Amino acid sequence: MVPLIFGITLISFLVIHLAPGGPVEVETEMSMKASAQARDNLKKLYGLDKPLHEQYIDWLGRFVMLDFGKSFVDGKDVIDKISERVPITLTINILALILTFCVAVPIGVMSAIRQFSLFDKLTTLFVFIGYSTPHFWLALLCMILFGVNLGWLPISGIQSLDVSGMSFAERVLDLAKHLILPVGISAFGAMAGLSRYSRSSMLEVIRQDYIRTARAKGLKERQVILRHALRNALMPVITILGLAIPGLIGGSVIFESIFSIPGLGQLFYQSTLSRDYPTIMGILVIGALLTLIGNMIADLAYAIADPRIRVGAE
Amino acid sequence: MIGIIWNRYRKNRLAVAGLCVISVISLMALFAPLISPYDPTAIDVYDVLSAPSGKHFLGTDELGRDVLTRMLWGSRISLTVGFVAVGIAISIGILIGSIAGFYGGRIDNLLMRLVDIMLCFPTFFLILAVIAVVEQSISTIMIVIGFTSWMDVSRLVRAEILTLKERDFVLAARAVGADDFRVIARHILPNALSPVFVSATFGVAGAILTESGLSFLGLGVVPPDPSWGNILTSGKDNITVAWWLSVFPGLAILFTVLSYNLVGEGLRDALDPRLWRSER
Repeated sequence: MVPLIFGITLISFLVIHLAPGGPVEVETEMSMKASAQARDNLKKLYGLDKPLHEQYIDWLGRFVMLDFGKSFVDGKDVIDKISERVPITLTINILALILTFCVAVPIGVMSAIRQFSLFDKLTTLFVFIGYSTPHFWLALLCMILFGVNLGWLPISGIQSLDVSGMSFAERVLDLAKHLILPVGISAFGAMAGLSRYSRSSMLEVIRQDYIRTARAKGLKERQVILRHALRNALMPVITILGLAIPGLIGGSVIFESIFSIPGLGQLFYQSTLSRDYPTIMGILVIGALLTLIGNMIADLAYAIADPRIRVGAE
Repeated sequence: MIGIIWNRYRKNRLAVAGLCVISVISLMALFAPLISPYDPTAIDVYDVLSAPSGKHFLGTDELGRDVLTRMLWGSRISLTVGFVAVGIAISIGILIGSIAGFYGGRIDNLLMRLVDIMLCFPTFFLILAVIAVVEQSISTIMIVIGFTSWMDVSRLVRAEILTLKERDFVLAARAVGADDFRVIARHILPNALSPVFVSATFGVAGAILTESGLSFLGLGVVPPDPSWGNILTSGKDNITVAWWLSVFPGLAILFTVLSYNLVGEGLRDALDPRLWRSER
């Protein structure tokens, strides 16, 4: 755990500092008049004049205190900028994960039970198309269809302009309308993989001896599948949910810029454009830590679901 | 050997279809200068955002450039990025995987921790962070995608090498005095390559998707160079008036990526010797 976090910070730091052209160049390239003296002053201000390893140790020392420094763009604390954005991104991703799970697992299980049926073939094709669709493109098409042509859904932001005059129920409805497309489309991306995975997991389980035993003792097929097979088939799926997290968080960059959602991904995109190093580094580390936490939760959930694996057990 | 594989491969009709689509797209990319009806960067201010017609089969963009032409030229960039990025990823993956698997012990531990760390980063975040600090160009994109997608290959190669390195033919090669490099490169790797090959095919699909996403965000291929992703950007900017700018480039990406995925799946089944016996 600790070595992983250390490695994450080291790689984030190296990625950003080994490259030529720093924030000072960005800030001074607009004005040709900036003198060498002024550049040096700026470098000193940001601590960029020190040797690399000192900069890293300085930064790591502050990192432990959750101090990522101040944004080059507006001088706000990076940690504040990030923590403003995290809830929105997390909400969307958690909703997307839940939706993925609720749709993909039944699809996978159904196609496993009816292997080689028409339904199975169709879902296999769906899985391949799901894997291969550029999700930002799907988002564009949905925006054209539901936003522009049909006018059913708003195409940007997470709330309407007149939100302050709404009652609580109206606000919730408004938020839901804004979230349908982003959540639906990011779930679509993860669905393909998860339904494929639950299918193969289920296929493996229904060939096991204990399923044959359950059938042999005369249980109804429904009971065999739901009671005996499903639980065992779902266990590996939990791990895959954990593995889907980096994809979802990374995907938020594209979704949030398409739908103008003020989340972590949009902040990261804006910081990339303005080369706001402290913010980039902060989000990079936080994104990786969120992934790490997600994986840990998946491991724990796995251990709870599977009595054969207990944390700390022999 | 190749005959057996091909016989198995062609039983999968979807995979064969994928191969055909890839061939057509590659030929179109190769001969883009000959077959494209217009100049990809020629601006025509009197003919902006015109819908598909006999003159412009797929319409024109906001600068009056022919979309079909730009897509043909864009296919060259997308395919090049896909192949070079995967080439880089595979080289790094093979190098790290072989060292880790062959030498084991602390080196293995260290390298596999590196893989774990890299896998914690949301790939798109890592790519964006690098692009923020280096000059934006097609070669940067290829290198960055390559350097952020080698982890799976290295795990595959390591696993293969772990099972191969105690086998008799490797011991025999050692016994006749082959050095480590020769043992790995000549005796072990050739036997470990088929999963890498499959993974590379899926990798091309992934790299094309990533490139189009980056270009869509304006962080990939820089206009006026055409790419499927940056045509989609104009599609987004003109979303209310020009549906053709959004629909066609996306279909091109979808079909290309789908074909590579289908070919990858076909290859996986065709190359897996464990599946050979069951079908006889």
